[in-house]
Amino acid sequence: MKDRISQPVIEAKGLNLVFQTADGPVQALKDVNLTINQGDFVSFIGPSGCGKTTFLRAIAALEQPTSGTLTVNGMSPDEARRKRAYGYVFQAAGLYPWRTIAGNIKLPLEIMGFSKTEQEERTERVLELVELKGFGKKFPWQLSGGMQQRASIARALAFDADILLMDEPFGALDEIVRDRLNEETLKLWARTGKTIGFVTHSIPEAVYLSTKIVVMSPRPGRITDLIDSPLPKERPLDIRDSRDFIEIAHRVREGLRAGHHDE
Amino acid sequence: MTRALPVLTVLIGLIVIWYAAAVWMNSTWVYDQAERAGTTVTFAEMVPQTMSQDRPLLPPPHQVGAELWKGLFGQAITSKRSLVYHGYVTFKGTMMGFGLGIITGVLLAMAIVRFRVMDMSVMPWAIISQTIPIVALAPMIITLSSQLGLSGREVPKAIIAAYLSFFPVLVSMVKGLRSPDQMQLDLLKTYGASDAATFLKLRLPASMPYFFASLKVAVAASLVGTIVGELPTGAIEGLGARMLIGSQFGEPLIMWASLFASAILAGLLILVVGIVERLAQKRMGAPA
Repeated sequence: MKDRISQPVIEAKGLNLVFQTADGPVQALKDVNLTINQGDFVSFIGPSGCGKTTFLRAIAALEQPTSGTLTVNGMSPDEARRKRAYGYVFQAAGLYPWRTIAGNIKLPLEIMGFSKTEQEERTERVLELVELKGFGKKFPWQLSGGMQQRASIARALAFDADILLMDEPFGALDEIVRDRLNEETLKLWARTGKTIGFVTHSIPEAVYLSTKIVVMSPRPGRITDLIDSPLPKERPLDIRDSRDFIEIAHRVREGLRAGHHDE
Repeated sequence: MTRALPVLTVLIGLIVIWYAAAVWMNSTWVYDQAERAGTTVTFAEMVPQTMSQDRPLLPPPHQVGAELWKGLFGQAITSKRSLVYHGYVTFKGTMMGFGLGIITGVLLAMAIVRFRVMDMSVMPWAIISQTIPIVALAPMIITLSSQLGLSGREVPKAIIAAYLSFFPVLVSMVKGLRSPDQMQLDLLKTYGASDAATFLKLRLPASMPYFFASLKVAVAASLVGTIVGELPTGAIEGLGARMLIGSQFGEPLIMWASLFASAILAGLLILVVGIVERLAQKRMGAPA
């Protein structure tokens, strides 16, 4: 399936994660096995409570697995976090209202101790990358929702992490803006060659973007299907009317339905 | 103009009520005088006599205004009778107490947000501290500080003012420092940000709107605290002392003039805090 030599970046083996809640333990992830290779675009799709966000957060060391192994670049997620291995994009842009767009992008750079000149250079470069050139001096409230989300992606790109984790980044945006950002995300991915983990609710979004689709189902959260996409790397928006696309979408839908049956 | 109109209407209403009350309250004296002289006065004769008494029960607005004018501009501002002089003394005390209150409030809030133990131990006491009437506490603070060898009133006054003004700052700052949501904290965690960086880059700037909102309350509380600190016997300087002198020596005009002087001072302080707040908001990118 792979058309180039890839090495595993993220590896999960027999991963379990149990949350202790007031109503007793909740199994958020059950026996998850997954390998994500260098340069993959992996989408996680499934209904609420299937553990897709939890898995992304575990990769980012924002949650602690209860058992099993999880490595990022051969290290523990926490070590990888300290080595700044990934940029994280949340559902809400979460820009600081008291900072300009450029100021927001500089936030991680300031924390990581980049020099002033390098901060400027990098800010300029990522603003261009997300097509927000010239908006650096604006404040977040002066930008539309889609532009704010682009700025938050620029912020995640600024410190050159190899892995980009995106948790329903376009979930709050309307369909038209979402289509455009999907297209731009693919371009961005092609240009930067990053490994991307992408959580979504939307079947078309998952199929359009991914080289690998992870279908998950809830209670307990687990992987029910793993699809390696046969779509070419170059994907115009109208690829969504192609036969291949419709077939994969169909398979994803079946996988989601199968997961629901065992409730 | 559209904003001034309602304010002016209320002001005119208040002045009318004030004049009516002055006539009513001061008429007793006019009637008593007439009775002693064995004459009678009609209502029309009585009214003018209530407007210019030396020691009215309730001085009418124009008398207070004249006394206030005399107090502010009638003499050198260094004179012991100048309200500017006494106002400055009160202003100085207010600022010291305000500064001390801000520092105390912010530091306590930082500790409370950072350490759970502080949250559980200090916060209830901070709330209890505000239930003790300050007039009961003020003489104790003054006695205690003179016992400690602090001559003069500046320090005890500042402590009393800070005692009142730290609380709104504390409550607002605790809320403000806790205002960042989990997502924003997670984001900083993914950058491997230290606690210090999280505080400086996120918690502190996020708390600023709360901080400035509390300053207006705090500066007014600080002024009240300072005036209360000037009341206990022995004080000769400050608007509080002036009010007490007016009341004790039966000079209602002095008392009322000082009262209005402190109201003007409070208004100016709140105005300045408001301007500082707007400048800060502008710097922090708020929509104009």
